[in-house]
Amino acid sequence: MAFALEINNLKKTYHGGVEALRGISFTVNEGDFYALLGPNGAGKSSTIGIIGSLVTKSSGSVKIFNIDTDKDLSLAKTMLGVVSQEINFSQFEKVMDIVVTQAGFYGISKKEALPKVENILKRLSLWDKKDQQARTLSGGYKRRLMIAKALIHEPKLLILDEPTAGVDIELRREMWSFLKEINENGTTIILTTHYLEEAEQLCRNIGIIDKGEIVANTNMKDLLGTLNVQGFVFDLQNPLNQAPEISGFPLKLQDPLTLVAAVSKDRSINALFDELSKLNIKVKSMRNESNRLEELFIEMVNSNEK
Amino acid sequence: MKNNPSVAIGLWTLTVKEVRRFLRIWVQTLVPPAVTMSLYFVIFGSLIGPRIGSMDGFDYIQFMIPGLIMMSVITNSYNNVVSSFYSVKFQKSIEELLISPMPNWTILLGFVLGGVCRGVLIGFIVFGVSLLFYPEFTVANPLLTIIVLLLTAILFSLMGFINAVFADSFDDISIIPTFILTPLIYLGGVFYSINILPDIWRSISMANPMLYVVNTFREGMLGVSDVSITFSLSMIVGFILLLSVSCMYLLNKGIGIRQ
Repeated sequence: MAFALEINNLKKTYHGGVEALRGISFTVNEGDFYALLGPNGAGKSSTIGIIGSLVTKSSGSVKIFNIDTDKDLSLAKTMLGVVSQEINFSQFEKVMDIVVTQAGFYGISKKEALPKVENILKRLSLWDKKDQQARTLSGGYKRRLMIAKALIHEPKLLILDEPTAGVDIELRREMWSFLKEINENGTTIILTTHYLEEAEQLCRNIGIIDKGEIVANTNMKDLLGTLNVQGFVFDLQNPLNQAPEISGFPLKLQDPLTLVAAVSKDRSINALFDELSKLNIKVKSMRNESNRLEELFIEMVNSNEK
Repeated sequence: MKNNPSVAIGLWTLTVKEVRRFLRIWVQTLVPPAVTMSLYFVIFGSLIGPRIGSMDGFDYIQFMIPGLIMMSVITNSYNNVVSSFYSVKFQKSIEELLISPMPNWTILLGFVLGGVCRGVLIGFIVFGVSLLFYPEFTVANPLLTIIVLLLTAILFSLMGFINAVFADSFDDISIIPTFILTPLIYLGGVFYSINILPDIWRSISMANPMLYVVNTFREGMLGVSDVSITFSLSMIVGFILLLSVSCMYLLNKGIGIRQ
């Protein structure tokens, strides 16, 4: 399998001696949807900054689709699109001009860029705002514009640094579906996010970085499989005053109609249903608790602190 | 595999973006020099000028025209690049350029060309205004005039770029124009010939780089100069080369723009 990104022994020490990266190495497969997670200050943005050449590395190597950025940075950059954490376009320019200009920076003439710009703006529901100054857009539309800019040269590797921060749920879901679609069409995506549910929903592989070191780099399913306990949420038909006590199944009442159960891997969920039936507790529906990754993440980061 | 992208398109795009920027805010960029220079021509040219008499054998207003054009070209080419490049740093839109495959020299050249376009356009605007007050003005050496106009705009655009690279606040981009450039320009022979100064002040004036720029341009427009044209042109070209190398060093090292 070809690698979209190969990072080898990457180190970064900022002026003043802050050691942001302590020799991290990881690879991202071509076509992957990869989550790069870590607490604030862990080194995620430094890593992305170095890949996008916004930050100068202290040592180590970065290869994008097997092109060493030390050998042919220009060519490597043509493969890469980056959606930064902060808004980074001129707020006084029109939406259309911003994207056409970005295409020009990648050597795409205006004539060649216009149909591409129309297509990407339509896909991101920005077409009817094409003549508006960027500063008049809402936060969500500014985020979409960031994505449009990063995709205009059709990069093979797209890096998104917390793209849904501060975005409402509806738009976040829309962005998820858009990102899934472009990933299915062949674009490799690396995502950093603080919404672990987002990483769990979208990503196939995951790297966890903490204090400048990679503490996990694995398949999402395998990682989640290491959890011994899985959480289930039951929507009840009739309200309860307190959580029932059932041996071997710790239960808590989230609200009178919602019961949360922690089921260990060696227990069958059918046994829990049997016990609930005996207590005449009727379950209307059931779903997985969606914070599994969060539990693991906290566990890993905490163990790294010890 | 993709090929390296067209550098020419990238450079053209950045230059157009820079030109579009100063045209979009034309009330702030193009109108003020025209208004200010009109006032200079009215007060110093039409009202006070006739009382001063001639300077180096020319009517005072005629003598002043090349100096005022140069003053406008210097301040506008400098200010265009320093404010534009500092703004893209401040707004973080510099990231658009740094992430793109554009080589550093095209980034520098794009900003410099933006500054040159504004400087030259302002030069023509001020010359147009001056013709309203002195319609009989004729340019003695058009080729030298255009060459000096372009070289000056390039030189001060490069200076503006270096200022912007090191600037950490909006104060930092106004300190040099206010406290260094403006006094040097005013004392650099815009309004007078250094031949009217006492010996000591004439000698001190010879150390002012603006004197050479202003006088070389005056040689092009009027055919008179207080300094050697060959020496001045060599110095201007020499400084352009030195500053270009310095700018490229700063960009390649990422000083002030990359962490």
